[in-house]
Amino acid sequence: MQEIRNYTMNFGPQHPAAHGVLRLVLEMDGETVVRADPHVGLLHRGTEKLAESKPFNQSIGYMDRLDYVSMMCNEHAYVRAIETLLGIEAPERAQYIRTMFDEITRILNHLMWIGSNALDLGAMAVFLYAFREREELMDVYEAVSGARMHATYYRPGGVYRDLPDRMPQYKESPWHKGADLKRINSAREGSMLDFIEEFTRIFPGRVDEYEDLLTTNRIWKQRTVGIGVISPEKAKAWGMTGAMLRGSGVEWDLRKKQPYAKYAEMDFDIPVGVNGDCYDRYLVRVEEMRQSNRIIKQCVDWLRANPGPVMVTNFKVAPPSRAEMKESMEALIHHFKLFTEGYGVPAGETYCAVEAPKGEFGCYLVSDGANKPFRVHLRAPGFAHLSSMDATVSGHMLADVVAMIGTYDLVFGEVDR
Amino acid sequence: MTDTQNTSLAARLAARFGDTLSLLPARGGETTAELTAADLISVATALRDEPEFRFEQLIDVCGVDYLGYGQDEWATETVTATGFSRGVEGQAMGRFSWAERPRDANMPRRFAVVVHLLSLAHNRRLRLRVFCDDDTLPMVPSLTGIWPVANWFERETFDLYGILFDGHPDLRRILTDYGFVGHPFRKDFPLIGNVEVRYDAEQQRVVYQPVTIEPRVLVPRVIRDDADLIQANAEAADDWRHN
Repeated sequence: MQEIRNYTMNFGPQHPAAHGVLRLVLEMDGETVVRADPHVGLLHRGTEKLAESKPFNQSIGYMDRLDYVSMMCNEHAYVRAIETLLGIEAPERAQYIRTMFDEITRILNHLMWIGSNALDLGAMAVFLYAFREREELMDVYEAVSGARMHATYYRPGGVYRDLPDRMPQYKESPWHKGADLKRINSAREGSMLDFIEEFTRIFPGRVDEYEDLLTTNRIWKQRTVGIGVISPEKAKAWGMTGAMLRGSGVEWDLRKKQPYAKYAEMDFDIPVGVNGDCYDRYLVRVEEMRQSNRIIKQCVDWLRANPGPVMVTNFKVAPPSRAEMKESMEALIHHFKLFTEGYGVPAGETYCAVEAPKGEFGCYLVSDGANKPFRVHLRAPGFAHLSSMDATVSGHMLADVVAMIGTYDLVFGEVDR
Repeated sequence: MTDTQNTSLAARLAARFGDTLSLLPARGGETTAELTAADLISVATALRDEPEFRFEQLIDVCGVDYLGYGQDEWATETVTATGFSRGVEGQAMGRFSWAERPRDANMPRRFAVVVHLLSLAHNRRLRLRVFCDDDTLPMVPSLTGIWPVANWFERETFDLYGILFDGHPDLRRILTDYGFVGHPFRKDFPLIGNVEVRYDAEQQRVVYQPVTIEPRVLVPRVIRDDADLIQANAEAADDWRHN
């Protein structure tokens, strides 16, 4: 009789389904996973240590690069932590802009997730559909901040600048000209808010298209229903937040429970799963996209009706305008001090969390009164989720590990920091 | 989270745990409590299980190295015959030997572990801080038995700060490279690191060697008295363009 032993298998770090640089060491019994040991840290850049060596504002850009598919939500947590210690509050219009962009970011993230998760599980087309809409939203990012992804748009005390009054348009090219060019530019004739409003009008139909492709798809359901079931107790014990927790039937969303920015004024619902499997988390995330769309629409309406400042006028924190620097010596001095030394933040500590698309993204900030943070710790939802990998996948088949990585919505920028 | 809720949380913590917890004054609705490593497990178990607290979720565990807390490297108040200091004689991370510096008297102990708890049932947060008694061998008990998610957070804290967690089932490095030496988030670990890698053509492999770049800090660390922004707020209120 031949002796059969478990064997160890290396999954990643160069694997198309590893979502970046996850290295999983799997102990296999045939095709069944006995033990999973994720090795992370291959993308560790020491963001928190780098932030300790720079003035506060210079680290906002690092936050974009943590969870690099939900950029502005990361900025939001960091910026809110600084604002809490400074004791300042962004103007109302800036709060609405932040709320709107948090939701745009959520849609961006969920589109990336639905596309890549479906790709991992064998559905090619969803990825192409999802990227069609991602492109439009990244154009919004670009219009408002100048960068398609790493925006550095939120600043302590508000946002970098007000929304632009026109959208960048496609230029004529061998691929787009004449009537075709006119068609793709038709939504871009007006302001950015017009463009976003047009997006919110068509987006629910687009979500229907994704659902047509997946929700009743037999292959999709065979790969996700009953896979990776997480009980509510287990989800709590493993520090799960966001869709991972809601998929298990726990009604918990920081936007509702501990509202920040303008979420208290928004009308939206929190979808909750029942069975806690991959399929329920899929349904939760799809519904979240629809709800985000509702929030964006409400923000657009408010922003249209209420012009106003988007940054505090406190020049110890916010730079003066270029025009003011030309006429005011004080403004020039403030500008110089802000961009050389930065501003001191009163000694103290705070923990500020936002409901990022992946879960609770928190920033624990300790200041000793200097112009640089004394300690920044970033609580990444993916890190807590991935730590439960062994407890979740042991007993599952190898192919379910891929489904699980997808449903965790992992991005290694934030896991490895 | 309203202030009244947190005040009552602080009051209830004080009533339940007495001197075991030393509560810090709440700021901005956040409750912080300090306790000793010996009490951590019993307090954490009670916080999770007792119905008036019910902190079901451990949100975060992280280390803090208080070495050099409140010390700046640019004297902005004292002036010499040659003028103010220029702040170029850097003293911050990576630019000097921390061991030679005087220890801040206000921070007798260096390492602390900060734990953030969340109660879904009561919608409350709590921050616990445990200072490690021994700077040379910082050790606190592991929370993995109470919240399994503590596993990776504690591995990370061990990796970055060298804080040991007594009773942790698998205290390996997690974020740094295989075979990494040192604990990089300690304040006396230089920002640029100690070693660099390069490809050695003779040996035909990647080799480690001491770093060759000069450490530098572009912006010196400054602590100013006007950092409380009172003056700035007054200026903003007094601004002629807005009045």
